Amino acid sequence: MKNELLKLLARNARYSVRQLADMLGADEAAVEKSIKELEKEGVICGYKAVVDWDSVESPLVSAIIEIKVVPKADLGFEEVAEKIAAFEAVESVYLMSGGYDLNVVVKGKTLQDVAQFVARELATIDSVTSTATHFVMRRYKELDVCLFESEKDDRGNYLI
Amino acid sequence: MMDYSRILNQTVLQTQPSGIRKFFDIAATMDDVISLGVGEPDFQTPWTVRKAGILALERGKTKYTSNRGLNTLREEIAGYVRRKLAVDYAPETEVLITVGGSEAIDAAIRAVVNAGDEVIIPQPSYVCYEPVTKLAGGVPVIIETKAEDNFKVTADELRAAITPKTKALILPYPCNPTGAVMERGDLEAIAAVLRGTDIIVVSDEIYSELTFTKAGHSSITQIDGMRERTVLVSGFSKTFSMTGWRLGYACGPEEIISQMTKIHQFAIMCAPTTSQYAAVEALRSCDEAVENMKAEYDRRRRLMVAGFNRIGLACREPLGAFYTFPSIKSSGVSSDEFCERLLEKEHVAVVPGTAFGKGGEGFIRASYCYSAEHIIEALNRIERFLREEFP
Repeated sequence: MKNELLKLLARNARYSVRQLADMLGADEAAVEKSIKELEKEGVICGYKAVVDWDSVESPLVSAIIEIKVVPKADLGFEEVAEKIAAFEAVESVYLMSGGYDLNVVVKGKTLQDVAQFVARELATIDSVTSTATHFVMRRYKELDVCLFESEKDDRGNYLI
Repeated sequence: MMDYSRILNQTVLQTQPSGIRKFFDIAATMDDVISLGVGEPDFQTPWTVRKAGILALERGKTKYTSNRGLNTLREEIAGYVRRKLAVDYAPETEVLITVGGSEAIDAAIRAVVNAGDEVIIPQPSYVCYEPVTKLAGGVPVIIETKAEDNFKVTADELRAAITPKTKALILPYPCNPTGAVMERGDLEAIAAVLRGTDIIVVSDEIYSELTFTKAGHSSITQIDGMRERTVLVSGFSKTFSMTGWRLGYACGPEEIISQMTKIHQFAIMCAPTTSQYAAVEALRSCDEAVENMKAEYDRRRRLMVAGFNRIGLACREPLGAFYTFPSIKSSGVSSDEFCERLLEKEHVAVVPGTAFGKGGEGFIRASYCYSAEHIIEALNRIERFLREEFP
């Protein structure tokens, strides 16, 4: 059940326990217990709204930073990744295969904020050998949610 | 002035257009209406299938196919039916590709019915069987299936409906709108009544992939002595979310299929070519997509059944198709009135059970071809409606 439960919560974290139980054909107590366990185990790490930051009054800008790193002999990429992840401006940190090492998503109020953050905080880390900053121009889809105006349901109400 | 009512075909003139048109026209004027009325999937046709259609167009595959349909597609269909039902049909002579399951139903009935022949139709059921029978010169004989029988046709009901004039039995399972399915044992009982008669079965199995029982779908074609008298009708609309592609098929004994092919040849020529190429891809590579859609339908089905029962509309578990069929008898009003008032007060559109035959009185059909969020909102509105209108 847990996998099914996770899929539903990842789709919409605001389903009530009862709605989840109905959809899964399980009882509410079991669903409640599973959610608690998943939270405790750290499988569910949080619940957040999907926000289209382009459509609010003071939009946030974000950038994807490609970072090359010289890994430490004993700690690999962990140490530097942890250091970067600790910054509040950093939304996500991924270790990548391919042309660079760490992919870091940074959010800030202005382009300058983000650029300065990269220059002052990321580029200066010892093991970081280079950074490349790509600003997000526009968001089309965020966390599985299309940010386009939703298409109208054009199915006709003929009797089928 | 020409008096068209005298000139036109009397059977056509007397055919009633779908009675809920007016009702849906009202719904169309409301901008916040939330519908549970639609009988087609909300999923997109799987991308690989759409791509196959595009590729066929790019390659200029835009001519007629043979009347029966592409060889490749007929082979795939025969293989699919063998895989699903373990019943064999020869692709060359026993499979006909049609414009939706609807055309297959029409051609099957026209191929077997002489003027005055009776066709037994279980209701509540999809709205086409009765008019199509009449247009073929046949006489519909209605079996009103009962909620207490889970809307299955029973052997006793069938026996009572058979007369020397009986030509055919329509077997519409899994059933739109009731969600009923006929399991192996139920079909055995029906087969026992038919064995030794000359009655043809038109088995409309368009929803077969959407069967939620452990045993899965059973077809009357699987039962001893039934394949020779059965036209199996199915199609791509529901299983693969391909409603607009208009593609279905019939499988049956060569003697019947060859007659249906003549009707199809002169009325249609062939099913749409692009759709046929797309359908080949659907049968070859969409098992996983179909499984995923089915799992999602199943979640919504449980959500809706539990929801209706909780707010006081008794709802049996529908075991197939994508509809629930809750009873509204506790409200004390007719299905029509219930639906009209629900639309007026809460802007929720559901279909009165009576649209599917008189036996649908006291029930409404609610489709779950909608997202869980949409279903939750509709149920909230219906709950408020019940509380305020029928306290």
